[in-house]
Amino acid sequence: MVATRLMTRRDVARGIAASAAAALPCPAFAQGTARIVVIGGGFGGASCARALRQLDPKFQVSLIEPNQTFTACPFSNEVIVGMREMPAQQFTYDRIAAAGVAVIAQAAAKVDAQARTVSLADGTSLAYDRLVLSPGIDLRFDALPGYDESASIKMPHGWKAGEQTILLRKQVEAMEDGGTVVIAVPAAPLRCPPAPYERASLIAHYLKTRKPRSKVLILDAKDGFSQQRLFEAAWKELYPGMIERIALSQGGRVTSVETASNTIVTDFGNYVANVASVIPPQKAGRIAELAGAADNTGWCPIDPASFTSKLVPNIHVIGDACIAGQIPKAASAASAQGKACAAAIVAMLSGKTPETPRLSGACYNTVAPGYAFSLSGVYQPKDDQFAEIEGATSPVNAPRDLRQREAEAAESWFRTITVETFG
Amino acid sequence: MASALINVPAKAKRGDIIEIKTLMSHIMETGYRHTASGEIVPRNIITSFTCRFNGNEIFRTDLFPAISANPFITFFTTATESGKFEFEWIGDRGFSETASASISVE
Repeated sequence: MVATRLMTRRDVARGIAASAAAALPCPAFAQGTARIVVIGGGFGGASCARALRQLDPKFQVSLIEPNQTFTACPFSNEVIVGMREMPAQQFTYDRIAAAGVAVIAQAAAKVDAQARTVSLADGTSLAYDRLVLSPGIDLRFDALPGYDESASIKMPHGWKAGEQTILLRKQVEAMEDGGTVVIAVPAAPLRCPPAPYERASLIAHYLKTRKPRSKVLILDAKDGFSQQRLFEAAWKELYPGMIERIALSQGGRVTSVETASNTIVTDFGNYVANVASVIPPQKAGRIAELAGAADNTGWCPIDPASFTSKLVPNIHVIGDACIAGQIPKAASAASAQGKACAAAIVAMLSGKTPETPRLSGACYNTVAPGYAFSLSGVYQPKDDQFAEIEGATSPVNAPRDLRQREAEAAESWFRTITVETFG
Repeated sequence: MASALINVPAKAKRGDIIEIKTLMSHIMETGYRHTASGEIVPRNIITSFTCRFNGNEIFRTDLFPAISANPFITFFTTATESGKFEFEWIGDRGFSETASASISVE
């Protein structure tokens, strides 16, 4: 195909991967018959598949997602402490199928970027003109000595909502008063950077009301974190003396775990937990690596104008899996990326240059019922990477009714994004 | 305020290779940055770290402006006899901190 040959020539000429070429006009072909395969039915992939059908109902769009039910991560910290039940987090793909997307309830097993096919777990294969990878994260069970998949049953990460969330909830519920819940936080990059601190806050809320002699200990491989001043002010106000955090420079980096004794080991100390939530380092979901779209960081470099992979042609990567500069790995970012990627694909298939995307994202953190704050940002490509061009964080000194209103806004944000994506 | 973290095994067998970890809180200001008004922020770094065991120097390193804040220095040594490790950090503006830890070798 002509487009492929053009990309190849540019690759050779520039000594870089195909993305830059892909972002430029390439010969139009029968757009109406374009086959687009999206792997991963989270906020990114589902938004992208849906947007593609909305932009051009003639597109043949397939969404490959092995789970019949999607379990949302945002608000899942509330499930851990019983403020919310799991069904409120769960959504089906029925409406996405009704929108004309072929939803294929299987795992993708292999991507052949040369032949432009995706092999499924049952051995069948799907051909594509453009492939969108939105595989989210995989937990690195090789990164923290002692923490493998079986250890994650004893020390739940709860970093993919679902069974893990429930495991952690049961442990917190079963803990006796006077116990310590230890949360181990990895270095950046991680999915939803402020979520460990939201989790600490909500667990402290649960403990304060049910088991007031208990404590939360955060062992952190970072020194600073998102919305730190807001969290720390809230902890002082709501949970004095209940949450202790040991930062990187205080020796907080976790180096190994021992499940038998429920011990978490740092460079400078051993901490025995009553409940341990160990969040391990992460990488792009497995299919990204299999497709050759992940680099040695474990994440996927992209051209920010079109989300095309810098490593493999005809493939886009969105959501938590891609390297998106200053955009945090979060649901609203993935959703915005999915839509922008869909628009870029439409432009590219009709031989146009994608418009420079302007993405906005919001991130709410609830630290107690009726007490939330937020971060919002607008992001655009700058020097080959997404940069924050506008940003706003809730004020540190604010009356309680603002926190109340932000808690309501958070609920409303969740309803909006889930209806928009799955409803 | 400066503060040291030390991790030395409390016990070891004679001949064991042991890992020693240290972390000193320090800003490690490079001396290459400017304030908003254009003035240079003066250099303020740790320049040297030394470890002595029972009075004998067993490890020393010089530090430079490229080293990050809160230097984390870790090294290995062989446990030969029971005794005391003494650590010393020296730096700009008269910075001087010490710490120590004992080991019992069987």
